Formats: sequence, C-alpha cells, structure tokens
Amino acid sequence: MLDILDLECVRGDHLLFTGLRFSLKPGELLHVKGANGSGKTTLLRTVCGLSQAERGAVHWDGSPIRKQGEYFRGELTYIGHHNGVKEDLTVLENLRITMMLAGQLYSDEVLIGALTQIGLGERIDLPAKSLSQGQRRRVALARLLLTQTKLWILDEPYTALDVAVIQVLQQVIAEHLQRGGMVLLTTHQDVDIEGVVKQLMLST
Amino acid sequence: MFSVITIMIRRDILLAMRRPQDVMTSLFFFIIVVSLFPLGVSPEMEVLRGIAPGVIWVAALLATMLSLGSLFSADYQDGTLEQMILMPQSLALMVLSKVTAHWMLTGLPLVVLTPLLGLLLGLGGEEIKVLTLTILLGTPVLSLIGSIGAALTLGVRGGGVLLSLLILPLFVPILIFGTGAVSSMNAGTGTEAHFSLLGAFLVLSLLLTPWASAAALKISME
Repeated sequence: MLDILDLECVRGDHLLFTGLRFSLKPGELLHVKGANGSGKTTLLRTVCGLSQAERGAVHWDGSPIRKQGEYFRGELTYIGHHNGVKEDLTVLENLRITMMLAGQLYSDEVLIGALTQIGLGERIDLPAKSLSQGQRRRVALARLLLTQTKLWILDEPYTALDVAVIQVLQQVIAEHLQRGGMVLLTTHQDVDIEGVVKQLMLST
Repeated sequence: MFSVITIMIRRDILLAMRRPQDVMTSLFFFIIVVSLFPLGVSPEMEVLRGIAPGVIWVAALLATMLSLGSLFSADYQDGTLEQMILMPQSLALMVLSKVTAHWMLTGLPLVVLTPLLGLLLGLGGEEIKVLTLTILLGTPVLSLIGSIGAALTLGVRGGGVLLSLLILPLFVPILIFGTGAVSSMNAGTGTEAHFSLLGAFLVLSLLLTPWASAAALKISME
C-alpha cells in the first residue's frame, strides 16, 4: 500500500503543490490530472524516489521508501517520458536487458510473446533506432506485460500510441488491478479501465 | 551480485561494438598526440627518450578525459540511466560495472599500444616494461576517479570543459607516480615504491569512487 503524506514539491522557486495527501490500496488506480506545468511528472518522480520532496514523505507498506531502497525498487515499475530504450540494441535485446536488470529472467519465447502481443512481433531483431516514436514507446511498455511488480507508475503512457495498442495497454492495466496491483498514471486522455479508478486534480 | 556486473559489462561492450567510432576516437587521439612530439619537439632519440614517459602519460590522461564525457551521457539522454537508478540493484555496483566496461574499451587498448609508442619514442626494453605496467595500474584509477566528474557534470551545458577542470587536478598524483617509476628505475632507486602507491590508489578508488559516483548520479537526476 502506497501512502503520500503531506507532500510538498517545488521546481526552482515555484511551489507546485503542498500538503498533498492520498493513498493507494491494492487494486486501485489513481489518475493524476492537471494542466501542463502543474507538477504531474514531478509528483510521479518523487513517488519513485528519483526526486526529493521539499517536505513530506512517501510510504510503502507503512515505512518511508528512502529507508527501503532496493526492496521498494523491486516492487516498482516506472515508465517516464523517456522510453529508456537503447537505439543501438535490437527490440528483443532492449527488453531482455531491462528485465534482467530488474532481476526477472525470462526465456526468449516469453519475451517474444510479450513483444508480439504489443504489436512488435515482426520487428524483434531490428535496432530500436529504425522504429517510429510509437513503436519505441511500445518497447518500453512491453515490460508491463511481463513484470511482477506491484506498483506501476506511468507518465503519459499513451503518448504516440495508436488506438489498438491503447486498448491492449488498458487491458493489461485492468488485469494488473484485478491481481491486486496498483497504478499511478498521468494522461490527458480519458482512462477507460475497469476497476477502482480514482482521480487527483493538480491545479497550477 | 555478479550477474548484475556481467549483464552491465556485456551490455556496454555490445553497445560500443555497435558504435565503434566512439572508442576509436580516443584511441587515435592517443596515437596522434604521442606521434606529434617527434615532429614538434625534436627527432633526436636522446631527447625523445627523456620525455617519452611523460608524453605517453599525458596523452593517456587526455585520451581518458575525452572518452569520460560519454560514460553516462548516452544513458542519461535516452532515459536508461533513470531506469538503472530504479532497478532493485545496487547503483554503486552498476556504476562499477560501467566503469569496468569503460576501462576495458578505452583503457586497455592504451595499455596495449604503450609498448609500440614507447618504441617509437626510443625507450629501451626495461623502460617499456615499467611504463606499460604503470599505465596498466594507472588507467583504471583514471576511469574510476573520472566517473565521479562524469556523473557530476551530467546534463550541464559545457560539461566537457567543466569535467576537465574538475578531474584533471585529481589525476596529478597518478601522473607523478606513473612517470616517476621510469625515471627512478633509470636512476637505480627501484620502482617498488611507485608501484605500491599506484596499487594503493587503485584499491582505494575501487572501494570508494563507485559510491561517490552513484551519489552524484542521483543528484544529477533530480
């Protein structure tokens, strides 16, 4: 369970939000909304532990994430603005190395299965630099089909995706929620996912 | 723990093989800088022989500086670095693996080339042996210390120049003991002290710099 306690974040001299409180229980999704510059990405990066909050704390299972270190990171999958895809590696190599570093070993058949499901089955041996923006996004999102982590933090996951892949992704998120997973996501699109969907509005 | 090290080293070597020009640049830089000295200073073998250890060491130092800029920057730009920070692995261990791969790709070729360039500058057999050993012990230290600077200057405009200003002064002791080994051998005072000190630098930087670089990376990511 994720608890955000009186979080305050600033960017430069600008106060983004203060006194932010919410919690996320197993099976829940929180859709963070807000205009550009309202601090959605900063909030997500702070919850991951990539950025430090000015005040307040992020707790996972009742204790601060900063004290948990590797344990919390083992429960987390973060997909940010950058895809984290190496241009010089092939699609399959990219997914394989990411999953290996996450400490989850899969056979090539399983990896190819996930890539096929997200519509990259024909392109597994192509270097990522030959892919379009949307296809690179799919390489990053293919992790979600395999990962066993509980908390997913997705920053604008739908960017550059076509309608068919968005549906696959929403299906994957819905299944994750059914298994008792938690999702924190930002998007300007409507979230059409079965399950407990909560909303958080950040104002500028 | 060892699997993280092997995964990261294999990944970085694979990436370098897909883009060999990055590695080749610093290597050719090393060769060209050294071969400028016979042309610029003097073709006299006696003169060259005197300055050879210093020339080769300074060139190795500059070649390392040149390659350090790319140690983390590519991973920083495409977002793989933030993924690394969020992996359930020790970041210091991943940094150590990246630096090891960096040294294998840019430091080890310098070690291999040193005897050839030593011959070019007229060094004798014993001198070449000692010089190559100091380069072998010294270049990993350069990569390790340099990784702190590379991590600190990530995403900074004009980071390359800043990196040199931050790191080159820290390379001075390595340079002094590296070149000093050859001259003290020629003076007949033995080389053990120099090698012990270089070895001590290597052990200390292996133990300390990965943690410092990992901390610097986290700061740069904010």
